[in-house]
Amino acid sequence: MAKVTYIEHSGKEHVLDLAPGTTIMEGAVKNRIPGIDADCGGACACATCHVFVDADWIEKTGKLGSMEESMLDFAEGITPLSRLSCQISMTPELDGIIVRLPAAQH
Amino acid sequence: MVDRIVIIGAGQAAAQAAHSLRAGDYQGRLVMLGNEGLAPYQRPPLSKAYLSGATGLDRITLKPQEFWDQEHVETYFDVPATELDRVTQVVKTSDGQAFHYDVAIIATGSSVRRLSCPGAELAGVHYLRNIGDADGLRENFLPGKKLVIIGGGYIGLEVAAIAIKAGLEVTILEAATRMLARVAPPVISTFFEDLHRQAGVTMLNNVRIAALVGDKQVRGVKLEDGQIIAAHLVLVAIGIVPNAQLAQAAGLSASDGIETDLDARTSDPHIYAIGDCASRPLVHYDHRRSRLESVHNALEQAKFAAASILGLPRPVEEVPWFWSDQYDIKLQIVGLSMGATQSVVRGDAASRQFAVFHLDGANRLLAVDAINMPPAFMVGKQIIARQGHLAPARLADMSISMKEIGAGA
Ligand SMILES: Cc1cc2nc3c(=O)[nH]c(=O)nc-3n(C[C@H](O)[C@H](O)[C@H](O)COP(=O)(O)OP(=O)(O)OC[C@H]3O[C@@H](n4cnc5c(N)ncnc54)[C@H](O)[C@@H]3O)c2cc1C
Ligand code: FES
Repeated sequence: MAKVTYIEHSGKEHVLDLAPGTTIMEGAVKNRIPGIDADCGGACACATCHVFVDADWIEKTGKLGSMEESMLDFAEGITPLSRLSCQISMTPELDGIIVRLPAAQH
Repeated sequence: MVDRIVIIGAGQAAAQAAHSLRAGDYQGRLVMLGNEGLAPYQRPPLSKAYLSGATGLDRITLKPQEFWDQEHVETYFDVPATELDRVTQVVKTSDGQAFHYDVAIIATGSSVRRLSCPGAELAGVHYLRNIGDADGLRENFLPGKKLVIIGGGYIGLEVAAIAIKAGLEVTILEAATRMLARVAPPVISTFFEDLHRQAGVTMLNNVRIAALVGDKQVRGVKLEDGQIIAAHLVLVAIGIVPNAQLAQAAGLSASDGIETDLDARTSDPHIYAIGDCASRPLVHYDHRRSRLESVHNALEQAKFAAASILGLPRPVEEVPWFWSDQYDIKLQIVGLSMGATQSVVRGDAASRQFAVFHLDGANRLLAVDAINMPPAFMVGKQIIARQGHLAPARLADMSISMKEIGAGA
């Protein structure tokens, strides 16, 4: 299991233990953590699962795929820390990762 | 005051409605009735990652049971509604229960259109709508088997892509002059036909089916010209019909889908209809009434219904969108191209990255089909939403970025 801390836009924190292979998006939508819509269910087709990865963790999440990069480019308020959370699967190396959620996904 | 809400159906739209109602601080009783014996799950993977075995039921389930329990949603996933009594405001179920409602939400989805030719009842003839259907297909996806798919729409093509990779021999039979004829322009059809042919799929257009042949088990598909195409299994994917029977029996307006207003409300103010079973006016298309078959439509109508029930402002309507995954190709579609008089291609099909823009006579953008080209999809969505107009020559010019094009529209 690997730990993820989600920080809502309001500052409220949630900590989850996720099985390897589970995406950060799935963790949030199945555990009542508000702030990630994930309309397409992880197909990298909607860009409503945008998160900001903590600066200390962004490198460990690896390189963006070309579809993700190009979808993300059109999400609201992106920064160099932006990722689509359906494209980050948990691994032992990500144990402890922190992600911040935007104010809105639409 | 609304204190008792009954949701009929337990799919994508129902799940979103329940979730949005609780998120909007609805405190009253909330009942969800289903007939699949399962918590709401996503259907798109049934012709994609679930069918290939890359993902399982737990991952495509929208929310675990604990979620519904914690949100105080009373779930009856194996108790179909059998009658909607509008006079007493009661939903009756197959096991004899009666649920009183202040508001009922119909989210019954759709059913596959069935084949009616001789032999249609033979064993080995499959449809694809629910998890059981997908399991039934997957079990038979053994290398060397001959799969004949009747219907060259998105589901047929997605299944072909998975089946050919699993080592089956695949043939698609389409009645129209090209694959995807009902839902995509010719350039897109040609692109996918080439893609599937290169992968080894046999594709036949203009086909008329006379019968399915076999004793008990299907052995082939007989065409009107007498030719028989051998098959170990047949998938029929010729579209869906909305599940509007309950609504029709209750006297609600429903010809092709249960008719709703902008808030997803039916002709009875106490009853809403959302998702595949509904037909709705579309603000971006002069309020033309349409029945849409997509996840986005199910989610959006669910949100409209929840907002209306709770007296909250209606969320801003988005332009309808859809996607399809075949091999390593992602098709994203936004808008409805009906009424378009010109189509402009941006990029080059040979590079597997291009988009088709559909415009009306006054250069207003109506729809975009994007192949591996998210910027065209995302910017197209924004332009259609503000009813923007575009110069066709600029669209085709790859030296101008989509962001620049969007800013000028
Ligand atoms: C194989 C497949 C692939 C797809 N791929 C895509 C895709 O890539 N992108 C996309 O946007 N869309 C896709 N779709 C379409 C999308 O899944 C549907 O539009 C969406 O599921 C509609 O949601 P819904 O809630 O209206 O219906 P459903 O999800 O079908 O839910 C309706 C539920 O209500 C139940 N029900 C019916 N009658 C009753 C009753 N009387 N009592 C109780 N329960 C009842 C049904 O059994 C069902 O469980 C796909 C669909 C299929 C089948
Ligand atoms: S869930 Fe749609 S892009 Fe991540």
